Order: sequence, then C-alpha cells, then structure tokens
Amino acid sequence: MSSILFDAPGPKARSRYRILGVVTALVILLIVGFVILRFAQSGQFDAKKWQLFTFPLVQQTIAQSVGATLSAFATAAVLSLALGVLLAFGRLSDRRWISAPCYGFTELFRAVPLLILMMIFYYGLPTIGVQGITPFTAVVAGLVLYNGSVLAEVFRAGIESLPRGQSEAGYAIGLPKSKVMTSILLPQAVRSMLPVIISQLVVILKDTALGFIVTYNEILFQAKYFGSQIQYGSPIIPAAIVAAVLYVGMCLILAAFAKWLERRLSRKPGAAVTPAAAVPAEV
Amino acid sequence: MNTLLNNSDLFITGFRNTLILFFFSAIFALVLGTIVAALRVSPVPAMRATATLYVNVVRNTPLTLVLFFFALGYPKLGLVPIDFTTAAIIGLSLYTATYVAEAVRSGINTVPVGQAEAARAIGLPFTQTLTLVILPQAFRAVIPPMFSVFIALLKNTTVAAGFSVFEAGAIRANLSERGEPAMTGLLWVALVFIILVFILSALQRKLEQKWKVAR
Repeated sequence: MSSILFDAPGPKARSRYRILGVVTALVILLIVGFVILRFAQSGQFDAKKWQLFTFPLVQQTIAQSVGATLSAFATAAVLSLALGVLLAFGRLSDRRWISAPCYGFTELFRAVPLLILMMIFYYGLPTIGVQGITPFTAVVAGLVLYNGSVLAEVFRAGIESLPRGQSEAGYAIGLPKSKVMTSILLPQAVRSMLPVIISQLVVILKDTALGFIVTYNEILFQAKYFGSQIQYGSPIIPAAIVAAVLYVGMCLILAAFAKWLERRLSRKPGAAVTPAAAVPAEV
Repeated sequence: MNTLLNNSDLFITGFRNTLILFFFSAIFALVLGTIVAALRVSPVPAMRATATLYVNVVRNTPLTLVLFFFALGYPKLGLVPIDFTTAAIIGLSLYTATYVAEAVRSGINTVPVGQAEAARAIGLPFTQTLTLVILPQAFRAVIPPMFSVFIALLKNTTVAAGFSVFEAGAIRANLSERGEPAMTGLLWVALVFIILVFILSALQRKLEQKWKVAR
C-alpha cells in the first residue's frame, strides 16, 4: 500500500501504527459496546419488543410497505430520468424561448426543499381545487420535479464535457441537431456520468422516506405505527432497526448494481474513450 | 401577502429556528466531516476502515430515518434527555458530515502530488503534511461542492418539521390551525428558501473568487 500523503512506514512507524490501530479499534468497540449495553439495559432486545415482528401479518405489512417504497422509487426514477433528459436538451437549445424557461425551471426546483414541494402537492393543491392527490402522487411528483432538475444539470454537464469533435463530426455527416443530441452526445454523456446518475438514484430511494411526513404508507411510516404499539412495549427502536436494515440493504444493492453496470459498460469496445476523464469534472 | 403579514410571527420564529438548525449543523458537520476525511486517508488501516464504514452506512440511510432514531428512539434509551432541536442538530450533523467528508476527500485528491511530496521531503509527519500543507489547499478547491452540501443541509432542515421541531417546514401546520390557506403559506416558505439558497450561492461565488488557487 502506498500513498502520497505519508512515507512507507519503517519498523518504528509500523509499531506506532499498530498501537494506533488497536486504540482505534478499542474506542470503536467501547462506543458500539456502550450503545448495545444501553439498548440491552433499556430492554430493547427483550423478546416482548420483538414479538410483534414475528407475526406473519406484520411481516406481510412490512413487505407491502417495502413494495410501496419501491414503487414510488421506480416511478420517480423513470420519470425523473425522462424529465432530466428533456430539460437538459431544452437548456442546450439554440432558441432562447426554450432554453430560458428550462433554465428557470431547473434553478427553481433545485432551490425549493423537497419536503416543501411534497407539502405543496399534498396539502396545497387540494385547497385550490385540485382533486385526487394521493400521498403517492405527492411523493412521486415532488421527487420527479426535484431530481429531474438535478439530473438535467448532470446530463448537461456530461454533454458539455464531451470533446467538440463529437458534435462537429455529427454535423459534418449531415445529421440534424436532434439526431446529434440523441444518438451521439447523449449516449456518451450517460456513460461518462453514470456514477453521478446512479448516486442520484440512491438519493431518490432515500428521499422516498420523506413520504413518512406526508402520510405515504412506506417503510418508515409503518415502522412508526408498529413502534407505537403500547401492548408490545412500544418497540420504536426495534422498528427503527428493521427500517434501517431495509433501507441500507436496498441502497447497497442499488450501489452494487451500479458498480456492475459501470464495469459492464466500460468493458464494451468503443467505450475506451472516456472524455470526462480528459476534462476536469464540473462539480 | 396578507397570509405573510398577519402571521409574520410564525414565519419569523420558523425561519429563525431553521437558521439555528442550519448554522449549528453546518459547523458540527464541517468539523466532523473534516476529521472523517482525514481518517479516511490516514496511514492506520483501522482508522481508514472505521471512517469508510461510517460514511458508507450513513450515506445509505435516509435522513428521515436518522432523525427518526434521534427524535423518537433516543429518549427510550434513558440517557441524558435532549430536546427535539438538539436531536435534530445531532441527526443533521451526523448525516451531513458524511457528505462533507466525501467533498474534502475529493479536494485532497485535487492537490498536486508535488505538494505532499515536498512536505514529506522536508520531513513533516502525516498529521502536519495534512493539516499544514494539504487541507488548506484542498479547502479552496472544494468550495463549490461544499456549498452544494450546505445548500442541501439548509433544505434538509425542513425534515425536522416531521419530528416536533418548529421550523420552516412546520409553518404550514400552524397556519392551518389559524385557518389560513395552506397553499399561500407554502408558496411563501418556498420563496424564502429560494432567497436563502440564492444568498448562499452568491456567497459561494464570492469565496470562490477570493480563495481562487493561482497555479
């Protein structure tokens, strides 16, 4: 192992690092041990508090809430990718009356907190006569507007980081601008921006948990419901642990899928050119 | 306009609490995030592993769940009682620190290799190489991503409204109690957030120019 930040350790440094390593491990063990001890002492590991989660009906409800989270995530992910592409094309348009509104749209929805957006949909719209807003529509609409705007910026940065020669070559063989965008620039931009796109998808998955506040029946909402059952000793911490395991698990699966996809795409012939690497990433 | 003026007390307290949450969480997240970033590049494997584990777990947990734990779960543990605002600050700091850590780490990578090599050549140990040579330069490079993290933090403070903290996100519920139209109130809240984000972006541009690295 080599790093530019420190020299290769000699015998003295190695023993010092070993001691520091042991100290770190001890500190971490102490903290984790204290938390677990506290959990145990306050009875969080009692069978009574976990009994609730052994009932098949409860497990079914939790599985349903996972389904609710996943369906909100999937709908929002697909729609925000579509909205992102549309807005990115709009911003790159030569016509000002198209690019200016798209610019305003992305800036506006990136500045408003997602929760406020969801509240506008869920609590605001019905008061001015819009019917049929369910928590699901509010959650998805908020997620799509916000993440669509963020993804638009990602796509735009990806397209702008491509070498000029790509679009020039497209125009030179007589393709119209729409064709150059969709069949030359976008595929390359998506490939070079894939890590950012995937991490934004993880954000969408995590942000579905905001649905908890606008009463969408997702994992956290169920967790709070089960956590406040007094006859089972209000197992709020066991419920939070269950929810945490579910969320972290889903996000890690998504991240692993992203890694796999990235490797697969970079293996393809023709993907050897990574234009984003040549240009410093626009952060 | 009437909704705003007649209920200015709600809006002022709400946004004051939002700013309190924002400032304290930003400071704690900045300190903790920098420490975590330093641990992630440290020569001790156990420290690197700990910091990586922390960042990976917390980044994959929704903020709502983090606040859920601190606001609703923590009181059941029978430890020192904390109020909901403190709970929200702790949750927001722990969550944001992981993003700060990633930003700082990417900044450390942008500092030219020669800087660290020169520091080592004159015999500086790791801590001094990092704190005296690398980090000051890294911070200048990460102003844009750092400000995106802080803007995200500012917007994330609204989540605390779901956990009994009276801040901007909770203005709507209080307006409804007074029988005010929900839509108008929410639009005003959104507008104030747009202004706040605009101020932060302006500050970012200013700092970027002031601390530009001349290479």
